[in-house]
Amino acid sequence: MTDVNLTLVLTSAGLIGCGVYLLLERSLSRVLVGLLMMGNGVSLAFLVAGGPGGAAPITVEGVDEPMSDPLPQAMVLTAIVIMLATTSFVLAMAYRSWQLTGHDDVQDDVEDAMIRRMAATDATSEAFSAASDDPDEVEESSDFAEGELVDGRGDEPGGGQDLGADVAAEHEREETRP
Amino acid sequence: MVLRWGRRAFLPVAAVVLAGTVWVATLGPGVLDGEVRSESRSWVPSIGVDLAFRLGALQWVLALIVLGIGAIVLAYCTWYFHDDSTGVPRFAGVLTAFVAAMLGLVLSDDLLLTYVFWELTTVFSFLLVGHDPTRRSSRQAAIQALLVTTLGGLALLVGAIMLGQAAGTHRISEILADPPAGTLVTVAVHLLLVGAISKSALLPFHFWLPAAMAAPTPVSAYLHAASMVKAGVFLVALLAPAFAGVPGWRSVLLVLGLATMLVGGVRAMVQHDLKLLLAYGTVSQLGFMVLVLGVGTRSAMLAGLALLLAHALFKACLFLTVGLIDRLTGTRDLRRLTGLGRRMPVVAVSAALAAASMAGVPPLLGYVAKESVFVALVDVAREGDGTGIPSYAGWLLLAGVVLGSILTAAYSARFVWGAFADREVAEELTVRPVPWGFAAGPVLLAALSLVLGFAGHRLTELLGLEAGLFPEGVHEAELSLWHGVGLPLGATVVALLVGALLFVVREPLLRWQLSFTHQLSLERSYRWSMRSLDRTAVEVTGVVQRGSAAAYLALILLVVVLVPGSALLEATDVVHVVAWQTPVQAGIGVVVLVAAVMATRSRRRLRAVLLAGATGYGTALLFVLHGAPDLALTQVLVETLTVVVVVLALRRLPEYFTDRPLSRRRYLRMALGLGVAASVAGFLLVSASSRTAEPVSATLPELAYEYGGGHNIVNVILVDVRAWDTLGEISVLVAAATGVASLIFLDARGTGIRRVHEIPYPAGVRKEPRVAGKRAWLPAPRTLAPENRSIIFEVITRLIFHSIVVLSIYLLLAGHNDPGGGFAAGMVTGLALVLRYLAGGRYELDEAAPVDAGKLIGGGLAVAALAAVVPLMLGGAVLQSAIVDIPIPLLGKLHVVTSVFFDVGVYLVVVGLVLDLLRALGSQIDRQIVRDLREAAREEAAP
Repeated sequence: MTDVNLTLVLTSAGLIGCGVYLLLERSLSRVLVGLLMMGNGVSLAFLVAGGPGGAAPITVEGVDEPMSDPLPQAMVLTAIVIMLATTSFVLAMAYRSWQLTGHDDVQDDVEDAMIRRMAATDATSEAFSAASDDPDEVEESSDFAEGELVDGRGDEPGGGQDLGADVAAEHEREETRP
Repeated sequence: MVLRWGRRAFLPVAAVVLAGTVWVATLGPGVLDGEVRSESRSWVPSIGVDLAFRLGALQWVLALIVLGIGAIVLAYCTWYFHDDSTGVPRFAGVLTAFVAAMLGLVLSDDLLLTYVFWELTTVFSFLLVGHDPTRRSSRQAAIQALLVTTLGGLALLVGAIMLGQAAGTHRISEILADPPAGTLVTVAVHLLLVGAISKSALLPFHFWLPAAMAAPTPVSAYLHAASMVKAGVFLVALLAPAFAGVPGWRSVLLVLGLATMLVGGVRAMVQHDLKLLLAYGTVSQLGFMVLVLGVGTRSAMLAGLALLLAHALFKACLFLTVGLIDRLTGTRDLRRLTGLGRRMPVVAVSAALAAASMAGVPPLLGYVAKESVFVALVDVAREGDGTGIPSYAGWLLLAGVVLGSILTAAYSARFVWGAFADREVAEELTVRPVPWGFAAGPVLLAALSLVLGFAGHRLTELLGLEAGLFPEGVHEAELSLWHGVGLPLGATVVALLVGALLFVVREPLLRWQLSFTHQLSLERSYRWSMRSLDRTAVEVTGVVQRGSAAAYLALILLVVVLVPGSALLEATDVVHVVAWQTPVQAGIGVVVLVAAVMATRSRRRLRAVLLAGATGYGTALLFVLHGAPDLALTQVLVETLTVVVVVLALRRLPEYFTDRPLSRRRYLRMALGLGVAASVAGFLLVSASSRTAEPVSATLPELAYEYGGGHNIVNVILVDVRAWDTLGEISVLVAAATGVASLIFLDARGTGIRRVHEIPYPAGVRKEPRVAGKRAWLPAPRTLAPENRSIIFEVITRLIFHSIVVLSIYLLLAGHNDPGGGFAAGMVTGLALVLRYLAGGRYELDEAAPVDAGKLIGGGLAVAALAAVVPLMLGGAVLQSAIVDIPIPLLGKLHVVTSVFFDVGVYLVVVGLVLDLLRALGSQIDRQIVRDLREAAREEAAP
């Protein structure tokens, strides 16, 4: 059982809450500000998780007062630096987006919109259409393509075309029969 | 080999397989004496999978079929393909691999190994059926066969695992010797049966086999007649002795087998394509075999195995004949074929023999097998023969099999008639002469069908070994040409006569059958289910994937709030709080919160960023109060750099955020923000209050000093204890720097570094002649417009720059014992560079750091990686550090811990990152602004 520092908890939660609100915005620079504040909030949350504060975690000979927990601090240090990297990258993205489109709003994904349209119109996916059976398919009754011959010179007269059409027509009859 | 020699290379490949056949054949005498050979190698001991193989009588027969027919089919390919047929080398490879996989399947003595080979045959069959990827039908058939058999294969896997668990071993021979029982086993066995049924194309999976006829005919002859489809039959035969008594075994196999036999026979009667006729015939025969083996008596087992052998011989022969006809005439449609009986008599006779064997005409092997089936079924119908099948069901079964045999006889006749008879055709048929080697395969197989018909006694001996696993039946089981006058002989006579009759009335029968409606087509239901699967995928994707990042985030956060957040409500009683440790904390907290809310409400970019920066500085103060000086130092430095960099980038973006109408959504966002905040607070309170154990870091101070050689525990953690993390972290920095550079520069990092002395003075500046050196103390006169300059700022920056760099180096070296370290030092150097840039512009920056940021970053990463790896070479662990004291005259001794080199790497990476950010977001944007201004001016001047 440990007593928890309420101030740190509230500050951390407040920062994260504001961060979330901004994170859900469309404008990348607001998202960025949100990320910054969330990052700070999370750093504080780590402090809380590390237990009560104390002296700096630097050993000094002869002094033996309670120290703050160094492990979460090391993690937060890493997190701070990573936040810097993230910030720079999002910033560059916002700038590039502004260069290209004149604003820095996050756009919806075009592919996803296409899938949504497909769902609305009851269409099948391209992959399915490519793999599915087509009832109008002409059935073949030879392994060998038309004209392809024993000696490979292609001197066979005629071919399977009439037959193919015939079989297809029959197939169709079968399909349309009640 | 096939690549070089073309299709002739099939012959040596076939010879290899033939050698295997001969070798297996030489084991025959031993097998006949009841000898069982087994081999096993440990493969995956952790899940008990061994490479276990076993050769008993059943396996011996199947291995002979697999290898023998494999050799014949491979040789046959030599004549089947053209020299210029596409994909022949691949085909040869896959077919040979298939032979191996099939052999493995029949010899395997481990359930999981069986599954592996089972799936291998499925995959190879997919490749073989889809031999011609340019044909749509062949692609579809390949996918269909793959899906159906893989589905069955999965059932098989689950069944195999369950059975293995129940028996405590995966070794098939051990399971069969001591079969477990119980509900679990029943379910497992039925799952295995699902696998067998799908592989052997029984109802309701039969549709894939006719579709798979899109494969080249040698494949059909081998996979779809002799070997792969037999895998299911083989599995049934293998398991029958132990599990025929499992509830449902007989009813499933008998009903499905009989239904398949009849459906296949009926469908075979209406086909015009000889290959499809055979395919449906195969479906029918597979049903027949499974039925007979499913009965589970000694005589039925014997008959079933004989049937399996007979079928492999005659059906492979017939398929090869069809391939030959197709190859030599260009068609397999029986309405276009005529007069082949006269033109290729040898082939015609051999095919007729094989078809007769299929129909069950004495004295061929097919007759011997079928006759003994009738004997076995009559026994079952009369007396049950120990199966518990009621008498009426037995008679019904017999009647069904007789009906199926009638159909078999009829379509066999139809095949021979269709392939070889003379008839009126619309077009003249061109027939090429038959090369002897092409016909050799089918003729040999037909001859075997004939010869083995007379070898009933030897076959009884051989197959009886396997059948002997069943209790003795009513009669002594025996394969022979003559079982005496009785009901079985009557059945054969009836089957042949009525079959002949059906053949005679084929024309009206065909018309009648074509008028018959197929209301329920399983092929169609397969298509329907594939389509609905696709539709479901599209719908689900459409609903779930809205394409908006905010929506995804909101969903994730909502789950965070609802699921773990709501659980917190249960745990409120453990919370213990103190308001603060010092009241100052509360004051800072309030300031931070106010700044946060204002940043959230702000409509101006710059203001929002500055306020966010304020929360960052507040956080740094809280770090200090908490006893975390390293954090505070880094936080302040990072926050400063962030603000500078953000401002640099934002100077070109519009002052206000994009104006958009306030929507009701913002209340939702607000609610979500509050919810997340409340959950976070709850988590922190509950988790931190309920802490009971001593923190792991309690021993860290001593460890840090003893092993890490430093007093600053946080730093020791970073560069020693958790150095892997740090290595990953600087890699992230490298990635981010690269990303920023590529987003801003778009191609390479800038145009290189230009030194000030290369730049001419602008017109307004008068240069005092000076003698020494190329360097000017303040370069800005050449590079900045006078109105942009602040001389005081420039001079002060120039004065303190070196002091700051020295300070950063101190921080770097001292970091091990006092606040500091690679990050902080790097940030300090970086900030010094920022100052130079802000004071003197981009040329000043290049002057201060005339190096490419990329090289700096890469060098830093390399140093850190070296520091990580070198201890490994010296016999230590990765990233292990050692402590060295170097005496330095006059100054005392330098206490060096090797992990400082790692920290140097970190330092270099951080400096490189800052430099990169400045060059990208500072210098490059400067250039872009200048360019835009110039262009605007030009445009204005133009008109």
